[in-house]
Amino acid sequence: MMRLNPKMTQVLAKALIWGSALLVIVLLLFILLFVLIKGVPTLSWQFLTENPRDMGRSGGIFSTIVSTILVTLVSVAVATPFGVGTALYLTEFTREGLATRIIRFSADTLAAIPSIVYGLFGFIFFVINLNMGWSILSGGLTMAMMILPTIIRTAEEAILAIHPLYREVSFSLGGTKMQTILGAVLPSALRGIMTGVILSIGRCVAETAAVILTAGSSLRLPESVFSPARTMAVHFYILVREGISMERAYGTAAALIILILIINVGANMLINRFVAKNH
Amino acid sequence: MKRLLDRLPGFIFLLIALSALSALALIIVFIFYEGIPIIAKVGLGQFTLGMSWAPGKGEFGILPMIIGTVSVTLGAAVLGVPVAILTSIFLTEFAPAAVSRIVRPAIQLLAGIPSVVYGFWGLTFIVPYIRLWIGGPGLSVLAGSVILAIMILPTVISITEVSLLALPRTYKEGSLAIGATQWQTVWSVQLPAAKSGIMAAVILGIGRAVGETMAVIMVLGNAVALPESLLDPARTLTTNIGIEMGYASGDHQQALFATGIVLLVIVMSLNSIAQATLKRSQR
Repeated sequence: MMRLNPKMTQVLAKALIWGSALLVIVLLLFILLFVLIKGVPTLSWQFLTENPRDMGRSGGIFSTIVSTILVTLVSVAVATPFGVGTALYLTEFTREGLATRIIRFSADTLAAIPSIVYGLFGFIFFVINLNMGWSILSGGLTMAMMILPTIIRTAEEAILAIHPLYREVSFSLGGTKMQTILGAVLPSALRGIMTGVILSIGRCVAETAAVILTAGSSLRLPESVFSPARTMAVHFYILVREGISMERAYGTAAALIILILIINVGANMLINRFVAKNH
Repeated sequence: MKRLLDRLPGFIFLLIALSALSALALIIVFIFYEGIPIIAKVGLGQFTLGMSWAPGKGEFGILPMIIGTVSVTLGAAVLGVPVAILTSIFLTEFAPAAVSRIVRPAIQLLAGIPSVVYGFWGLTFIVPYIRLWIGGPGLSVLAGSVILAIMILPTVISITEVSLLALPRTYKEGSLAIGATQWQTVWSVQLPAAKSGIMAAVILGIGRAVGETMAVIMVLGNAVALPESLLDPARTLTTNIGIEMGYASGDHQQALFATGIVLLVIVMSLNSIAQATLKRSQR
């Protein structure tokens, strides 16, 4: 058998490595373009602003857009204060010890739990036990628990990246702990915190398994947070599963992908500015 | 009194910080509380090792789903992990700065694509081509593995990348200085040194694959039978819940929560192993 010399293996390995990276990019483009090319022709002002009719066979996706926004708003509004508060506790109020280990372990574990299990929990806890029914509130609270670890981690990283001088100046001017946090720490970490929030918004928009079990699949325009609702991702899934309308499924998927693209670009702009500011 | 006021914020923030622990505890308590009775009724052995899942007849054995989950996940790891590790090597060692500035956000975007979209893409492209070129019904373990392999890429790539970047520069410089090629350096110095980090990345990727539901539901065929080959349809633990939760009640619903318990135990064990491995790599 021929033994490859180091120069040959270097060339071969390089080809494999470039090939792998290329494969990843090609797969991404393939998936994005497939959805966009098939779905964009369906997108129109009417499609976005009309309510679905006849189970989604005709009409648009307005109510599902509203539902997606409401579920996302509830979950971000609930998870952000808890997530940022936890990050502040971990960084400003305590030293590494048993408490921080337990909190970090909990956050890591929450991040690992499958979304379908969140769905089971949200169903039995919010929908049934707390009697909230299938509703935007049940869906939003379930999602809040799901995105909590992301917000904790990004907020903690953002706070740790702040130059200690900011805090010291505030303390040396006679600021109390709370004044320092509100006046120096939070404003400097804001961009990093926002990045975490935006990434979490992306997760809420994309989620299906947990939302379908907790917010339900009603196509009516929600009247309040207690109304059942169908988000865009759930709508897309049901249109495909029931074979209701492929055209409308592609349109919904395209709208979903465009939304995710916008969210990702936004998060990246924030990360880049954040990095630029800290170097 | 002043002392008390000074301590108040710390106390309030501690309460807030307990939210993650409380959320975790609530989830575990409620999933177990709903699922334990049926496991007690059927018997743990009969539940986890039973071959027959027929809720109408009161038979709740989830072994076919456990095997489904294991085979789809292994398939995803075999297909996805090499590509992921090579891509992380690309990003840390080979990519020109301008290229990695494009590839990194692209990988992040891959993580943002909804799983239903992955599933649908798989249903439209992977499934028909498997049926056409390789055989079988197309809806298969193989199709699920391919989709999951793509979906775990971002997780495995980002953690592998972090552990490669964390290595001291001297490792690489020493190896290059004694005349090793770039690849020899990667293969015999950097990868072994970053071993535990990469292990953790793979385990977390596997955890991700075990927990995925919506993408797999659309490409796996969902038959409750033991898959005999990669081309057979199968059902995983997650899809078992996803498919039947919509109409289940009584014992049947409890059995789905019990499936959730098994899922929770698997994923939490994987996660604990990964975290322990990561801690070791940081030392």
